[in-house]
Amino acid sequence: MGMTMAEKIIAAAAGVESVKPGDIHTVEVDRLMSNDGTTHLTIDMFHNNIKNPKIADVSKLVWVVDHNVPSDSPKTAASHKKMRDFAKKHGITFYEGKGVCHQIMMEHHVRPGELIFGADSHTCAYGALGAFGTGVGCTDYLYAMVTGKSWVLVPETLRFNLSGSLPKGVYARDLILTIIGQIGANGANYKAMEFGGEGLAALTMSDRIAICNLCVEAGAKTALMEADDTALAYLKEHGREPKHVFSSDADAVFAKEYDIDLSFIKPVVAKPHFVDQVVDAKECAGIKIDEAFLGSCNNGRLEDLRVGAEILKGHKVHPLVRFLVVPASNTVYRQALEEGLLDIFMEAGAIVMNANCSVCWGSCQGVIGEGETLISTGTRNFKGRAGHADSYVYLASAATVTASAIQGEITTADRIS
Amino acid sequence: MDSLKGNVWLLGDDIDTDIIIPTEYLALKTVDDMKPYAFSPLRPELAEKIKEGDILVAGKNFGCGSSREQAPEIIKALGIKCVIAKSFARIFFRNSINNGLLLIEQDSLCDQVEEGDEITVAIGDYISHKGKTYPIVPLPDNLLEIINAGGLVNAMRRRNGLV
Repeated sequence: MGMTMAEKIIAAAAGVESVKPGDIHTVEVDRLMSNDGTTHLTIDMFHNNIKNPKIADVSKLVWVVDHNVPSDSPKTAASHKKMRDFAKKHGITFYEGKGVCHQIMMEHHVRPGELIFGADSHTCAYGALGAFGTGVGCTDYLYAMVTGKSWVLVPETLRFNLSGSLPKGVYARDLILTIIGQIGANGANYKAMEFGGEGLAALTMSDRIAICNLCVEAGAKTALMEADDTALAYLKEHGREPKHVFSSDADAVFAKEYDIDLSFIKPVVAKPHFVDQVVDAKECAGIKIDEAFLGSCNNGRLEDLRVGAEILKGHKVHPLVRFLVVPASNTVYRQALEEGLLDIFMEAGAIVMNANCSVCWGSCQGVIGEGETLISTGTRNFKGRAGHADSYVYLASAATVTASAIQGEITTADRIS
Repeated sequence: MDSLKGNVWLLGDDIDTDIIIPTEYLALKTVDDMKPYAFSPLRPELAEKIKEGDILVAGKNFGCGSSREQAPEIIKALGIKCVIAKSFARIFFRNSINNGLLLIEQDSLCDQVEEGDEITVAIGDYISHKGKTYPIVPLPDNLLEIINAGGLVNAMRRRNGLV
């Protein structure tokens, strides 16, 4: 019987011929990413709970300070220091203030065919390069860091066959939000979401990262796309070679298949307080906003900033709106600077900030107050996610967010002349 | 088979990790410092009212969202003995097992039970409420071993003869 991409990667990591959904296997983990959200807990457990603690293979570890950077309080500073000192002592690859962890991983580390644990739920982004990325807590992380291994339950796979191409003014962000709205916030719980078909070929790497990154919002364990010419060109451009390029066999068994014609996708918005509360963006037209956010591991890449800048050119940010523009990494930041995009944002009155998780994580920059409304390209709109418990977050594409920042209320880009 | 008895706190569908512990409190030093803020965006009074031995009952997709391990740790620190839900989000599921918090998937109790009701859980067998029993699927032995040890790290120490 044939295998899916997820099954093939797990089989390789487990050193066995074949696996099937429901099997539990001990696997070698190829790479272990952790950020300042929880690394301090891992370090405490490493020191306090283990006898003669050792790191199995330090070359697998990548640590990134991205959630609260630069630090916003003495407590955060202490947590960062703990992480920085530990990384230095043990020779761990360490980034601070260089960008959001998943963007850093895509730019510098992820290779097709790898099995990667990240102590962050959006680790599923790595599927854009054909890697099995999955989010874990710090105990699972610690176990893998100390032993080099972990256990995984082989997931069933949902296969999404994409055809056609996205209409003008519609983005990958609209596509993945539409899919989450359709299958629900637990529609892929414990499962892998695999994307393929001729529609995939037309999507850029930036689109693909946005799609895979958000799959955890449908509960997915991982997201996967075959590493095709686009992915391999990206990899080469960033100076890396694949570990292994896998694709699902023709007779692989999928738990369910979905056929999606990209040409039918429209601009959408996910309403508070659930990522699967997805409606046509026009249904939210007129809702007043206090803040707009263009950034995050989901939608803070150069392509997204280009979309925003193009719409914003010649306009001003609405006087009652704070418009936060946060490149996903310093590489993105410098490219945006070179292209003159940051000039456009600043000229229009946006606040351009350093590469970090920003308000998407709701404890660093731009948190919103009681009764306030944010429209965001971030990952989540849970109650209280961006600040006060009684505040509202709408999720939308870079285009819809920018158009709304101009109007002071939710609107789509086609309404901006 | 072990059993436990407790009073129910009832929550709905899609209780996410930011409800369980909002980001702004993650910087607090210990889980005990954080626990007064558990569930605060939804029910600010809840953490104070929860008593040792109480049971949480919820709808589908409990624990969706972030990988923050403080979420199951805080529920355990509040004294909750187990969480019964229609389904659990997977990262939360793993984190709970790894921290020794018992989770039970049961898809009909949530719609029958009222807050404050007393229920009895025969672990791995059934839940009883007002004379009615609800079957449950037992967790595999290896996961129960981790829960009974109080979490993955303790289970490994025990297995390796370190405790």
